[in-house]
Amino acid sequence: MDKKLKRELEMQAIRIRMAVIKGTFNAKSGHPGGSLSVSDIMAYLYFHKMNVDPQNPDWEDRDRFVLSKGHTAPALYGALALKGFFPESEIERLRKPTSFLQGHPSLRMTPGVDMSTGSLGQGISAAVGMALGAKLKGADYNVYTILGDGEIQEGQVWEAAMFAAAKKLDNLVAVVDNNNLQIDGTIEEVNSPYPIDKKFEAFGWNVINCDGHDFDEIDAAFTFADKKNGKPSVIIAKTVKGKGVSYMEYAVEWHGKAPQQEEYVEAMNELEDRLSELETLAAQE
Amino acid sequence: MADIITKATRIGYAEGLLYLGETDEKVVVLDADLAGATQTAKFKQKHPDRFFDCGIAEQNMIGIASGLSLSGFTVFASSFAMFASGRAFEQIRNSVGYPHLNVKVGATHAGISVGEDGASHQCNEDIALMRSIPGMTIINPADAVEAKAATIAAAKYDGPVYMRFGRLAVPVIFDRDYKFEWGKAQVLTEGNDVAIMATGLMVNEALMAAEQLKNDGIQARVLNIHTIKPLDEECVINAARECGCVVTAEEHNVIGGLGGAVCETLSENCPTPVVRVGVDDEFGRSGPAVELLHLYGLDAAHIVESAKKAISLKK
Repeated sequence: MDKKLKRELEMQAIRIRMAVIKGTFNAKSGHPGGSLSVSDIMAYLYFHKMNVDPQNPDWEDRDRFVLSKGHTAPALYGALALKGFFPESEIERLRKPTSFLQGHPSLRMTPGVDMSTGSLGQGISAAVGMALGAKLKGADYNVYTILGDGEIQEGQVWEAAMFAAAKKLDNLVAVVDNNNLQIDGTIEEVNSPYPIDKKFEAFGWNVINCDGHDFDEIDAAFTFADKKNGKPSVIIAKTVKGKGVSYMEYAVEWHGKAPQQEEYVEAMNELEDRLSELETLAAQE
Repeated sequence: MADIITKATRIGYAEGLLYLGETDEKVVVLDADLAGATQTAKFKQKHPDRFFDCGIAEQNMIGIASGLSLSGFTVFASSFAMFASGRAFEQIRNSVGYPHLNVKVGATHAGISVGEDGASHQCNEDIALMRSIPGMTIINPADAVEAKAATIAAAKYDGPVYMRFGRLAVPVIFDRDYKFEWGKAQVLTEGNDVAIMATGLMVNEALMAAEQLKNDGIQARVLNIHTIKPLDEECVINAARECGCVVTAEEHNVIGGLGGAVCETLSENCPTPVVRVGVDDEFGRSGPAVELLHLYGLDAAHIVESAKKAISLKK
């Protein structure tokens, strides 16, 4: 991947993380852990991969995105705001009664949201339906969806996986955000879905494993998924829950809790430091 | 009396789909391995490119319907009422109702008249489930003619619709030039002694009951409530006000269905005695459909008895 682009994406990912912290802090609730683990992939999708137009959110030929793990909406909102779908100031009003930023994505309320999600296992089915719809129309846009690794415990995910392969939907790319943690513990402790890659392989998907925080690997994975060989593709992204905020990393308690004042300051300081570091590097390059 | 022609409402549904297949290229039909029974196989045969069998996976089927509707298609997703409204309730609630998508759930084999398959397949709860979803329209046609007309009308309406059809061949009440009026209750007989508000296959029973009541000098006003939600409140309230008592009749649990909807409307707008005819909050059982309908009191005789009870409750 081009060095300049990579640096730019790294910076956007930090800005998305700052939106996650700002949003959940002001809302006094929300899901920072999983939002931080998908921030790099969100940056890659919205600032490199996907063909979308913030001035025309309903543009018919746009690529579609469904956040099947809807609770990590703060990361999606961060990406949408930075992309220009709505003002960044709205992030601070996340989860407030007068805001259009709901706790989980809402199709009818938020510009740029392609499907309402939040109840786990359902988003992927809608994404599969969109991919089928594109084939039926002869349209050549792609459909992207992100699933949680805990989410794939839902049976509906496998109903959707079976259907997508059976209908040869190679315009569909799913990502499993494999941060290994769910509310009640590690995913192995709770109800292990491993081996995730072998399961999707058995369901007839192209399977790509990658480091979900390394843009070169992310880029290689999505590029591989573009090959359109008659199979849907899944990228199993190894990630760290809470990535980018040291005290939240690998800590399941940050699945669904907001930072307090001091924690907020600490998180923002760390992210700001990282951002200026990246900006300095970018200026030197 | 002329011979009675009988036809299941699911056949009317398929006829509606066939008409739409010819006239509206945006119509797509989904099924969950029951295409022969739900009758969507007829659409599949004519339009294989716009028919998708999702297999035995109703939850995913509803999500597929959502995705297709977001791609600009008008989607009819079919299964038995039990699995469509029950198994996939939350998918309909969250992936269709909440985003208010243009998905029509074509649910066949509703009610006790499924017959021999027994309680596991006899869904008497679907109207209650679907009524509780904001923005959902519920259509329960009385005969195959109305079923066809309602299916065609549903495709013209932009939003979620739950359509309820039966397995059993039931008398055809309406003639070919019948006009379906979306959201409007239909007054089938005039009368001011008791209002009988019926839906689905109970409409024909209500008409027979009205005939029998005439022998006792009772003039019943029979209403066909094909659209249960939104309820035609004006027509319901007028009938209650002018008749002074009401009987509701449905092939559904007496809780949460048409009876519930009528009671809720009347208690707030025009308190009126209401006697509910329906499945009395119990599960069904195996048996021939017509026998079961009598066994569970879903017939004209029970409506007659209930009408007399309702009249006795008038102040």
